[in-house]
Amino acid sequence: MKFGDILQETYTALSANKIRSGLTVLGIVIGISSVIAMVSIGQGAQSSIQSSIQSLGSNLIEITPGAQGGPGSQVSSGRGTARSLTQGDADAIASQVTNIAAVASEVSGRYQITARGTNTNTSVDGVTSAYPQIRNIQIAEGSFITDQENTSLAKVAVLGPTARDDLFGVGAVGVVGQIIRIKNLEFTVIGITVSKGSSGFNNQDDMIYIPATSAEQYLAGNQYLSTIDVQATDASVMTQVQNDITDLLLTRHNISNPAQADFSVLNESTLLATANSITQTFTILLAAVAGISLIVGGIGIMNMMLTTVTERTREIGLRKAIGAKQGDISLQFLTEAVALTLVGGTIGIILGVAISLGVSYSGVIHTTVSWIAIVLAFGVSAIIGIIFGYYPARRAASLNPIEALRYE
Amino acid sequence: MIEIKDITKTYGSGEMALQALKGVSFTINDGEFVAIMGPSGSGKSTLMHILGCLDIPTSGTYFLDGKDVSKMEDDELAEIRKDKIGFVFQSFNLLPRTTVLRNVMLPLIYAGVDEENREERASTSLLAAGLTKTHFSHLSNELSGGQIQRVAIARALVNDPSLILADEPTGNLDSKTGEIVLSTFQELNEKQGCTVVLITHEQHVAAHARRIITLRDGVILSDHRNRPGQTT
Ligand SMILES: Nc1ncnc2c1ncn2[C@@H]1O[C@H](COP(=O)(O)OP(=O)(O)O)[C@@H](O)[C@H]1O
Ligand SMILES: [Mg+2]
Repeated sequence: MKFGDILQETYTALSANKIRSGLTVLGIVIGISSVIAMVSIGQGAQSSIQSSIQSLGSNLIEITPGAQGGPGSQVSSGRGTARSLTQGDADAIASQVTNIAAVASEVSGRYQITARGTNTNTSVDGVTSAYPQIRNIQIAEGSFITDQENTSLAKVAVLGPTARDDLFGVGAVGVVGQIIRIKNLEFTVIGITVSKGSSGFNNQDDMIYIPATSAEQYLAGNQYLSTIDVQATDASVMTQVQNDITDLLLTRHNISNPAQADFSVLNESTLLATANSITQTFTILLAAVAGISLIVGGIGIMNMMLTTVTERTREIGLRKAIGAKQGDISLQFLTEAVALTLVGGTIGIILGVAISLGVSYSGVIHTTVSWIAIVLAFGVSAIIGIIFGYYPARRAASLNPIEALRYE
Repeated sequence: MIEIKDITKTYGSGEMALQALKGVSFTINDGEFVAIMGPSGSGKSTLMHILGCLDIPTSGTYFLDGKDVSKMEDDELAEIRKDKIGFVFQSFNLLPRTTVLRNVMLPLIYAGVDEENREERASTSLLAAGLTKTHFSHLSNELSGGQIQRVAIARALVNDPSLILADEPTGNLDSKTGEIVLSTFQELNEKQGCTVVLITHEQHVAAHARRIITLRDGVILSDHRNRPGQTT
């Protein structure tokens, strides 16, 4: 029997019962499209998290106060609230650890800010001059905080675009030189940063930067830092820099057991790896749920094919009587099953791609549909057709022609 | 040529065993028109299944054109049916939702005949079975009972079989249509020299044949030439 003939038989058989074929195909459509949509949403989430981590700064190592945590350690006091890092630590790192491009100190807090009658509550970050380089921050207007302003405890502020919008109105101009009040102290605006977009955990646009020393003196009221940001010269020296910093700070803080460190050193690439593995697990979970619906679709195919074989028993007997071999019969029914899944697979791929484009368009997550996912989905639907079509096809082929002809 | 010798067929086993054929032997030469007669339950259909290579005998031998087909496997039997045998059943002869032409082409499709030849051969045998070109594109469910049987005859003919087997082909037809179908068999036998074996329990149907084999309880009761004056 030629392939063209089998296709014609398949078409006749499937179009004879369009509603049933359609519903069976729907099961596969749902399965395949959800696999594709879920995988692409998962991958989109992964790359969005990746890029927001990378936007924190390249080759970044963050040192925060507080216990390291980990198995067997005491419950740590909240990271960032502990008081253990000082400007002395930051200076020591800058002068004693090799392969460092820049070091910046941060003293962060949230305060009530007022300006010309408007009022908002936002993050105020006391920083040093290296901060923009490490954190990939650019200045749109005016200038950033200088070392001179840090030494002189100047009351100057650089606004993120969101903070600017909140205080002076959306897109306000001529903000540089205006006065804002932080904790009722007057600060002069000296610059506005370029928007970095709001993707990520913390919105870097809704920020006010002031000199770190001013933050210690006027806002925090103590000499402790909330973060030391270190930029390594190269991605390949991250581990060495991290280890050297840990050793240096342990010595400076007189701690002999690294497990009892009163600070933690967070390497951006470890953060990236952790986030990746989380999103990957998440993607696999989503794909697995979608995969289950694909299996349910496959069972739908099998159910339909078994019904069809029973209904067409006499037809099978007739075909056998006029010379169809077992192989001809099983191939015919297998082709019907595979045709159903391939049609379902094709529609499912189109629908899945449409869903992920829709998600991208809506702006929630920028999804990425990979070719591998499409090819895989197509292959999987063909395999499902073969697996779930095999048993009904074998059953049809092995029918005894006499019994089949006699069947009422 | 059909040569069967001491054919038996037992259904089931043990207590439930039922011997439908109890040693049947005969020879049918090429070009004969034979009716197999007998009351219901006498083993006619069982014999026809064996003659048609749809089933194999429990014991005995069956030579079809000199080839022993009594111990063949499923797919080998299918091969024989495809090449040598054409069937006309009492009912459910045609595939539903399929045109007359395609129904007749079906044996050729399984035989791997290419497309141009298929259509030509199918229309030749449809015309030989007394149908006209206007019927070719009809769906099988748009035909009358008599037309269905003639399409079935055309399909049985299409691959030049050694043997055309018909099991109660007029069983579902009124007597007038039945006569037309029977005369179609007669004509094919006389004009084209097809070997036809007709199974029936009705005397007037058997009367169309030139030889009548009568079965009763799985054995041959009589085997005689029908009507004088015909060539043997
Ligand atoms: N597949 C079968 N299984 C069991 N018994 C059968 C089967 N086919 C036929 N028989 C029995 O064999 C006997 C002959 O049946 P059959 O050949 O159909 O007779 P006929 O066609 O002359 O009416 C009957 O008693 C019938 O019940
Ligand atoms: Mg019968």
